[in-house]
Amino acid sequence: MSMNLEREKAVLTGTQLSEVKSTNLSKILFGATVISMLISLYFIFIFAAEETTMHAAQKIFYFHVSSAWLAFMAFFVTFVFSILFLIKRKRIFDTYAYVSAEIGIVFTIIVLTTGPIWAKSAWNTWWVWEPRLITTLILFFIYIAYIMIRQMDGVWDKKARLSSVFGIIGFADVPIVFFAIRWWQTKFHPIVFGDGPSQQGGGIESSMLVALLVTITAFTILYAYLLNKGVSFENMKIKVDRYKEKLREELEK
Amino acid sequence: MNLFRTALLLAKKDLYSELKTKQILTTQIIFAGLVIVVFSFAFDPANNTTKAVIPGVIWVIIVFAGILGLNRSFISEQRNDTMQGLLVAPMESSSIYLGKFLANFAMMLVVEIVSIPFLFLLFDFKFNGSLGYFVLVIFLGSFGFIAIGTFLAALAANSKSSEMLLPLLLFPITTPILIGVVQATKIILTNMEKLSSAIAWIQLVTAYDVIFFVVCFLLIDYVLEV
Repeated sequence: MSMNLEREKAVLTGTQLSEVKSTNLSKILFGATVISMLISLYFIFIFAAEETTMHAAQKIFYFHVSSAWLAFMAFFVTFVFSILFLIKRKRIFDTYAYVSAEIGIVFTIIVLTTGPIWAKSAWNTWWVWEPRLITTLILFFIYIAYIMIRQMDGVWDKKARLSSVFGIIGFADVPIVFFAIRWWQTKFHPIVFGDGPSQQGGGIESSMLVALLVTITAFTILYAYLLNKGVSFENMKIKVDRYKEKLREELEK
Repeated sequence: MNLFRTALLLAKKDLYSELKTKQILTTQIIFAGLVIVVFSFAFDPANNTTKAVIPGVIWVIIVFAGILGLNRSFISEQRNDTMQGLLVAPMESSSIYLGKFLANFAMMLVVEIVSIPFLFLLFDFKFNGSLGYFVLVIFLGSFGFIAIGTFLAALAANSKSSEMLLPLLLFPITTPILIGVVQATKIILTNMEKLSSAIAWIQLVTAYDVIFFVVCFLLIDYVLEV
């Protein structure tokens, strides 16, 4: 109990200081997200050349690939902050890892829904058991498990410790999963960038590449905005919990 | 070498208490038998195509029976708070992990020795492949599965609903192992000409085993904190 009181005071002053800065930052990030999203919409629908066989259906490619990029980046951030938490043991690192994993899951769900929509028009099937698809699905399950650990009962530092460990293990597992599945069967996905082991790189038209890069940038800014917002929400939640604890203590007196 | 001595001591303790109660091992073996029976309903044993699913069935048995044992290995330490006793004992937490791993692995091997011949017998499977390679694949596969399983069981034991949590943590993480061993077992049991690709799979599984055994060894200190 005495440990709780000690922490309570330290965090209360800490968050009040950082709050002023973060609102400014989140406003800037929000503006940047809106502008970059509009620009990327222009690039996707007007600037980029239309694909010859798939026509307009191919436009989903930009959102699909960008969401996948965002999800992987989010999980990488979770991995980095998990390591940082285990070394430094500061609650803010844990909050970043948690929020980043949540964003990653949301965008993995977007990848897993836009993928079948696109696949239905391109391959005429909703789902194929193919390395990248299975890896994404398993990635999704790994981070669902990560969230399940977060939902465990107990004090926060135990949960933070265990989920950091799982965040590290889970991220280390992903390349091996991808490698194993790729080895298992290589069939459908064209490897667009670079050379694959069995397929030639198909290549991409330059206007499409520009549009893709613009969309990826927009999504990265969106990620920064979501992360910032999510962390400030988490901090508010923690603060409310502290106030509740304080109030209860006063009632018990 | 103190690490190994305490680990062996701990494994001996677990195996002795298992020998007295025979709780986990009996459950695991009976469960394995039941899985075989359920599979005989799902895939007609008289049908010749059933031979193709045998490698998969072997690993389904190992995984499901293994989960039962893994669930108990850390939960059983909670009843009298003996986990706290282990943690404050003058030994490293990695030797707790190693001891638990050895005990679980030994039990897993017993389950396999009993249930796999039983499966071959009931499905009338004629063994044509190389026994040495088959044993090697089973050994490496269960090694990796139990190594990461023991680690995640220690992690999940902190939760009140650890029986439900453990499979959710374990299955996604062990996918590379499961793919690798099922492919290798399939090649060894049915098509010995493609032995070279089976060996490639064995190498993948071995690499996974080594990587994750080391990672678990390093990270167990954080899981088993007081």
